[in-house]
Amino acid sequence: MDHGIPIQAAALRPRRTGGAKKAAERAMGGIFFLCGAVSVAFVLGISAYLIISGVPAIREVGVWNFLFGTVWDPANKSGAAAFGILPLVLTSVYGTAGAVILGVPVGVLTAVYLAKAAPPRLASVIRRAVELLAGIPSVVYGLVGMIVLVPAIQKLFGLSSGACLLAAILVLTVMILPSIVSVSETALRAVPKEYEEASLSLGATEIETYFRVSLPAAKSGVAAAVVLGVGRAIGEAMAIIMVSGNVANLPGLLKSVRFLTTAIASGMSYAAYGSLYRNALFSIGLVLFLFIMIINVLLNVFIKREKA
Amino acid sequence: MKKIGKLLSIVLAITVLSVLLTACGSKPAPAATAGASAAPATEQPLSGTVATNGSTSMENVIGALKEQFMNDNSGVTVSYDATGSGTGIESVANGTCDIGLSSRALKAEETAKGLVGTTIALDGIAIIVNAGSKVSNLTVDQIAQVFTGKVTDWSAVGGDAGAIACIGRESGSGTRDGFESITKTADKCKLAQELTSTGAVIEAVKNNKSAIGYASLSAAEGQDGIKILSVGGVTCSEATVLDGTYVIQRPFLLVTKSAAPLSATAQAFFNFATSKDASSLIEKAGAVPASK
Repeated sequence: MDHGIPIQAAALRPRRTGGAKKAAERAMGGIFFLCGAVSVAFVLGISAYLIISGVPAIREVGVWNFLFGTVWDPANKSGAAAFGILPLVLTSVYGTAGAVILGVPVGVLTAVYLAKAAPPRLASVIRRAVELLAGIPSVVYGLVGMIVLVPAIQKLFGLSSGACLLAAILVLTVMILPSIVSVSETALRAVPKEYEEASLSLGATEIETYFRVSLPAAKSGVAAAVVLGVGRAIGEAMAIIMVSGNVANLPGLLKSVRFLTTAIASGMSYAAYGSLYRNALFSIGLVLFLFIMIINVLLNVFIKREKA
Repeated sequence: MKKIGKLLSIVLAITVLSVLLTACGSKPAPAATAGASAAPATEQPLSGTVATNGSTSMENVIGALKEQFMNDNSGVTVSYDATGSGTGIESVANGTCDIGLSSRALKAEETAKGLVGTTIALDGIAIIVNAGSKVSNLTVDQIAQVFTGKVTDWSAVGGDAGAIACIGRESGSGTRDGFESITKTADKCKLAQELTSTGAVIEAVKNNKSAIGYASLSAAEGQDGIKILSVGGVTCSEATVLDGTYVIQRPFLLVTKSAAPLSATAQAFFNFATSKDASSLIEKAGAVPASK
C-alpha cells in the first residue's frame, strides 16, 4: 500500500513514545483531581470545624432552649444571659422568604423578557444594568438603604424608626435579583428551539409558549437560580446590619429585628475566648450551615425528580 | 504577534501597578529631619508598626495622637481599627494588637486576665436628639425612663407628640457601658436600633426626627443636624466633664497586657500618649486630658 511517506523518512522523524504522552495525560489528570479535592477538603474541613465548635454550647444550653428559646441576650451583665435563637432563626427565615417572594417573580419575568421577548438592543442595556447590580458591594446597598430606605419607611408608616424587617427584605430583594435573572436567563436560553416552535405551530401565542413550554422546560435552571438567591439572602450580614435595627425581637414586619448573621458578625469580635457567648456564636454558624445544606438537598431532590 | 502584544500589555500593567504602589507607600521625607532633631541623640530612630484597636469613640483622640507621632517619627506606622471597646480589649488580651483602646473602665474579669488600663482622657457621653426637636434638657432620671421604655412619647418630656425611638450601641460598646452604668439602665434598655459605632448613632439621629441616642462628645460636637442635650441643666462640654458637673462621662483608656511587654515603638507611642505633650492634642480632639 502506498502511505505517501517513504518508510525510511518516517523512521527518521522524531516522535514521542506512547509512554511519555500517557504520563503527561495522567499528570494533568492528577492536577485536575487535586483542584477538585481542594474544594471537597474545604467543605469537609469547614463542616468538621463547625460541628466540633458548635456542639459544646448547644449541649450546655440544651437543644430545646437553644433552638426554641425566645430570648437572645447573651451579654447580659446581671447573670440572666439567655441563648435562645428562635427570634434570630425566624427573622432569617422570614427575611429570606420575603426576599424570595418579591425577588423570584420579578427576576424570572425579567429573565423571560431578556431571553425571549426583548428587542436585542434593549435586552443588552437591561442585561448590563443587571450585571452592574451584581457587582455592587453589599456595604453600598446597606448605605443606600440606611440613608434612603429607612427614612422613607419611617415617613410612610409613621414609625418612630424605619429600621425594620421590611427594610431588610427590600434590600435583600434587590441583592438577589441579579443572580436570579442571570441564571434563569441562561436556563431559558438553553431550552431547545424545537419545543417553542412546536408549540407555536400548534397555535399557542408567544406568551402561552413562554409560560407553558419554555419555563417548565427550564425548571431545574430556575430552581438553581432560586437556590442561589436564597443562599445569598440567608448569608448576608453587612447590608442588613445597617437597615434592620439589630434588636433581637421576635420578627414583625415593622419591628426592629436581628438576623442570625448579624448576631455572629457583631458578637464574634468581642465575645471572650472560651466563653459560652463565643461558643454559642459558633453554634449559630452551625445552624446557618445546616440551613444551606437542607436547601441544597431539597434542590437535588427536586432536580432528580425532574429527571426521573 | 498577537501573543507578544498580550504579553506586552500584561508586563506594562504590572509595571504601572508596582510603580503606583511604591508611590503610595513612600513616606514624606521632610518631616523626618524635624522629628529626628527633637528625638534624643543617643536613640536610634524608631521604626515599625504600632497596632491599636478598639473604641470607636476615641477616633478623634487617637487620630490626633497618631498623626503627631507619625510626623515626629517617620519610620513608624500607627494603625487604628475602629471595632468597639469590647473588641479592643479582647484583641489586646489575645495578642492581636499592641494597644487596646477602651472607652470604659476595665471589668474585674478583664483585670484578672492581666490587663492594665491607663487613663489618657475623660470623655463626656453626649445625649443627642435631632436638630428639629424641641427638647433641650433632660434629667438623668428622665433619660433613664426614656431608654427603658417607661416614657414612650416625646410630649411627656417637653417635645412635640410622637413616639420616641431610642438608638443605642451593641453590647460590647464602651459608650453603652458608660451610659448604662451611670443612668442605671444596664440590661433594661429598650432600643429601637443597636448600631455598631458612635458615628452610626449620630447618622441615625440626624436622619430621624423622633430619635434620641448617645454618642461620644468628641465625635458629636460641631456636627450639624443633631442637638446635644444638657443633662440636669448642665451643658455637655469639656469644662463640665473636667469638673465633674456633667455626670455622664467615662474614661478613655489605653489597655495593655502586663504579661506581654510592648515593643520599643509601641512603648514610645504609649509614653507619648500619656505625656503632657499630648494634652493639647487631646483637648483639640474634644476630650479632657487626664494628665492636666
